[in-house]
Amino acid sequence: MRPFTKHTGIAAPLDLANVDTDMIIPKQFLKSIKRTGFGKNLFDELRYQDEGQPDQDCTGRPLREDFVLNQARYQGSSILLARKNFGCGSSREHAPWALDDYGMRSVIAPSFADIFYNNCFKNGLLPIVLTEEEVDQLFKEVEANEGYELTIDLEAQKVIAPSGAEFSFEVDAFRKHCLLNGLDDIGLTLQESDAIKAYEEQRIKTAPWLFEARSL
Amino acid sequence: MAGKTLYDKLWDSHLVQQRDDGSALIYIDLQLLHEVTSPQAFEGLRMHGRKPWRLTSSLATPDHNVPTTVEERKSGVNGIADPVSKIQVTTLDDNCDEFGITEFKMTDIRQGIVHVVGPEQGATLPGMTVVCGDSHTSTHGAFGALAHGIGTSEVEHVLATQCLVQKKMKNMLVRVDGQLSPYVTAKDVVLAIIGKIGTAGGTGFAIEFGGEAIQSLSMEGRMTVCNMAIEAGARVGLIAVDQTTIDYVANRPYAPKGDHWDMAVEAWSDLVSDADAQFDEVVVLNGADIKPQVTWGTSPEMVIAIDQDIPRPEDQADPVAREGYARAWKYMGLEGKKTLADITLDRVFIGSCTNSRIEDLRSAAEVVKGRKVAATLKQAIVVPGSGLVKAQAEEEGLHEIFTAAGLEWREPGCSMCLAMNADKLGQGEHCASTSNRNFEGRQGFGGRTHLVSPAMAAAAAIAGHFVDVNDLVKQ
Ligand code: SF4
Repeated sequence: MRPFTKHTGIAAPLDLANVDTDMIIPKQFLKSIKRTGFGKNLFDELRYQDEGQPDQDCTGRPLREDFVLNQARYQGSSILLARKNFGCGSSREHAPWALDDYGMRSVIAPSFADIFYNNCFKNGLLPIVLTEEEVDQLFKEVEANEGYELTIDLEAQKVIAPSGAEFSFEVDAFRKHCLLNGLDDIGLTLQESDAIKAYEEQRIKTAPWLFEARSL
Repeated sequence: MAGKTLYDKLWDSHLVQQRDDGSALIYIDLQLLHEVTSPQAFEGLRMHGRKPWRLTSSLATPDHNVPTTVEERKSGVNGIADPVSKIQVTTLDDNCDEFGITEFKMTDIRQGIVHVVGPEQGATLPGMTVVCGDSHTSTHGAFGALAHGIGTSEVEHVLATQCLVQKKMKNMLVRVDGQLSPYVTAKDVVLAIIGKIGTAGGTGFAIEFGGEAIQSLSMEGRMTVCNMAIEAGARVGLIAVDQTTIDYVANRPYAPKGDHWDMAVEAWSDLVSDADAQFDEVVVLNGADIKPQVTWGTSPEMVIAIDQDIPRPEDQADPVAREGYARAWKYMGLEGKKTLADITLDRVFIGSCTNSRIEDLRSAAEVVKGRKVAATLKQAIVVPGSGLVKAQAEEEGLHEIFTAAGLEWREPGCSMCLAMNADKLGQGEHCASTSNRNFEGRQGFGGRTHLVSPAMAAAAAIAGHFVDVNDLVKQ
């Protein structure tokens, strides 16, 4: 997993509460055999005027010009500013996959749905909870200033605005450790590689047949 | 100190690391892969630039999506009409080629349902840990192996690390004493067990099946029993290793040979629960009491013996059960019906990882031999579990018996078990099926599934409705 230490990027304000995972990535895209490539269908129904199909080339599709990610000033954004209960609905891991694939590194909201919140950490995406007032303030500043960038310092647990104003946030120590070091579940287990190898060395002595090469 | 159960022994011998939070790293000896739950796992490996930890521990074959008609199978992958199915099968092929994983492709005679193929090849061995992105991986517990289904992220985890993060389960013993009556099979035994303990009865447990009736079963029968442990809520089903196990494994392509074989056989003799082992729960059934079983509702626990009346919702004391029964009655269209014989069948399916091995086909063939399927039936299909099962059956002439009786003889795959390919039930159709799940819509939208043994499915095909196979063969 890609580590998350400090990140500075354009913030895009999605002024909508209860954004569910079906809005983040509609169900017709779940048939995909991939974990990547969902970025072009992120917020598909909010973003395009027509109904998206899997494997479709999205370049010529009619856009909803007013949707935040379609506006010129938010191109290249990597921090999503959202309202309460972001990521509710089904447990699909495709939602964080889509945000990540689009290029988002963090979502800032007053609250998140549980499963989505957990899934973010597994995929190198940092969900940040700030108070309603703080989020509101950020929304106003973003909308008033074109090219508005936020800096997120995970080590210090702070969101830093262009004015220098700082907003502290909470994050579970273990998750923080994993994100800072880019450790996913697999990465964590691989830290125990020596223990796994030691097990194999013992096991091959008592049960060598388990390690024989299979011949086709 | 009390002795160890078989599950305890398997757990201990695969423990890589115990963690403070109660979870543990468990070493995995064999991972079986199929096309539906593996694509994102391979994609994950690629994204992170990871390689499989140990290539020899994986074996792959497409099964869920593959078509089973001879016509479609002639041109291999290109014969798959459904584009999404085709992509999944092609992706498995490409991934296995890219990462160097052994795969029995669609045109390989060894292709088949993963849970048939693993044991058939001797890839599944006693004392192993076996995983697969499929809940019926419990099947492999028949060999005294610790086997269970996992999710896609875990498939990736095992590919990359050869380990799984697990918490230890509790131990349950289900003992079936005495001998079984004629035409009472492993399927009837496991359905009777599920009927007794319920679909959540085994939740959180590893179930060991024991007792005389279980020990008397062939390996095929034992696999049928362990296969459906998951339908009793248990991710793991187990049966102790004995001579039957060893005889089955001997000389299989992937089984150990020479000195390693002797070493293995000696090690496997310990794969039984100690006499003084403590189980958290013990359930006992009397083999002689078990009659041929048929499910009447939409959960495997909604099961009765062939001679019982279908239980009515209004007779249920528990209000939750009453409501569940009422919903099942409506879905299954049981109004006005009293016994299982009153249900007119539309289709019969003999196949799936529960009952598509050679013994299952022999048992069904014996019943239909010299008889004809009922004219009221729309379709009766026999889908062997693997290319090798199919070849064996054809060598024995079973396919001719089936086709002479009016059943279709198909190519290997999951087929009508889950209706991911073209084989499915129409709305409202009743099907006697040897598969393992009778949930709403499982075999097709609005389809009505009745789970039975191969012999009972065969008898139902002849009669056009459910009958006790014992009565049919006497005629
Ligand atoms: S036969 Fe049915 S239950 Fe078995 S693996 Fe295939 S789909 Fe799953």
